[in-house]
Amino acid sequence: MVFQTPLDLERIRQDFPLLVTPFKGRPLHYLDSAVSGLMPQVAIDRVSRYTALEHTNVHRGVSTLSQEATDRFEEAREKVCAFINAPSTKEIIWTRGTTEAINLVAQSWGRANVQAGDEILLSAMEHHANIVPWQMLAQEKGATIKVIPMDDAGELVLDDLDTLITDRTKVLGLTHVSNALGTINPVKALVAKARTRGVVTVIDGAQAVPHLPVDVQDLGCDFYAFSGHKLSGPTGIGVLYGRKELLEAMPPWHGGGNMILSVTWEKTTYIGLPGKFEAGTPPIAAAIGLGAAIDYLRALGLDRIAAHDAHLLAYATERLSAIPGLRIIGTAKEKASVVSFVLDGIHAHDVGSILDHEGIVVRAGHHCAQPVMDRMKVPATTRASFTYFNDTSDVDALVAALLKVKEIFG
Amino acid sequence: MSDPRELYQAVILEHNKKPRNFGKLEPCTHHADGHNPLCGDQLQLTLNVEEGRIADIRFEGSGCAIDVASASLMTGAVKGKTLAEAEQMAGEFRALVRGELDAAAPHHLGKLTLFEGVRNLPVRVKCAVLPWATLSSALKGEAQASTE
Repeated sequence: MVFQTPLDLERIRQDFPLLVTPFKGRPLHYLDSAVSGLMPQVAIDRVSRYTALEHTNVHRGVSTLSQEATDRFEEAREKVCAFINAPSTKEIIWTRGTTEAINLVAQSWGRANVQAGDEILLSAMEHHANIVPWQMLAQEKGATIKVIPMDDAGELVLDDLDTLITDRTKVLGLTHVSNALGTINPVKALVAKARTRGVVTVIDGAQAVPHLPVDVQDLGCDFYAFSGHKLSGPTGIGVLYGRKELLEAMPPWHGGGNMILSVTWEKTTYIGLPGKFEAGTPPIAAAIGLGAAIDYLRALGLDRIAAHDAHLLAYATERLSAIPGLRIIGTAKEKASVVSFVLDGIHAHDVGSILDHEGIVVRAGHHCAQPVMDRMKVPATTRASFTYFNDTSDVDALVAALLKVKEIFG
Repeated sequence: MSDPRELYQAVILEHNKKPRNFGKLEPCTHHADGHNPLCGDQLQLTLNVEEGRIADIRFEGSGCAIDVASASLMTGAVKGKTLAEAEQMAGEFRALVRGELDAAAPHHLGKLTLFEGVRNLPVRVKCAVLPWATLSSALKGEAQASTE
């Protein structure tokens, strides 16, 4: 097949030090952006510049330094707000990542709204981050977890959705894109259905934002969570978008500095959104770095990135499928550029170790989605994920290395 | 890392394909479940200990080639050994895969030294050690073993 891309890959690759600097004496093929993205030099520089020349705490004091640090920090929030088309920056809460964002919803909204006998509906392809916080809540409250099943291709089976959602269903937790399978779920339709039944929707967008333009107003969801480091930004920063009326009614989660209006021994009052949910000193440099990463992605063009990813996925799927004994796990019609696979009789960790030797970085394991592995009846998979700096040579190197794995294992 | 062929030698690959002592002893005097939370490898070990010796031992479970071959070779190596001898071997094996075994000193590992190559793959040490950790737990009367 002829590979076409709207991106100038040769130029883009120069923006990533790890891609143009030998790692232990050889070039790396980085096919692990679904685990964590690489940061472009402009974002690395932005973090450095802030740290070196612009840093103090935010939302404190009257110094010019503090005011300007606060301005940069809040500008990053504006960039995130525009990036997902949220109505207001008051609805953008900084968190440490997707996991903390979902825990915030489960612990604040969930503890206030879920009661004994209530039901929490999750999909069969959730990451542990959108399972465990709900299990903890269900255990505390005596609530029940129900699961929307999926088929062998890794697509949700929605035939029984009307009976799965009951009068006791309080919340639907759904991943936008499956990290283990690549499936893009029909979030908009499911959110609309949930809304008609009065069910609050919590969308895990960690794997969606790097691949698809996301518009939270168009999706209509109540909460949307994602991580900076999967979006070419730093680790330690993430985002919770929440609809204002829900966030305003929710009690604070963490208490401390920054989130209070006044504190006396008798009574403490809280500030409004988004600060109510941002106790303590936030990861300021990381937030500003994420803002720079978003600028970088927008300059490349989210539509062009999506088109590139789709072409590379098609190329990789075709090349990998041609390897005898290789089975792709996750063959949904709508997929992000993530290919999970198993090799007949060879465990994913053995595959991963040999690929590592060949300079190919992939994820091998259960992808923090053990129920997905159980459903697909595999102990683990090897997963290659492709992004805007990958090209066909990365896929070709992967294929050559997999043939070597097969040769070693005989 | 060094060439993966150093680790994935014919004996290890062969034991992975055709593991020895695979199955479950019922009844048994000792048992433990081993779990490697990092990768999801699982191992169930059952033993019959008679007069202070491992009379029989079997394993079940799923894991990578290193884990399965390690379990297969371990079960063969400890069968007939006293509990003290088995514990001694477990300690020597741990030292081997961590690159801490004194090559000059005598040891009881025999062909288990095949796993020496694991020391070049630090992330895989836990796979090789899981059967031995599970064995230690079983002999101590603990039902669960974890490499964490």
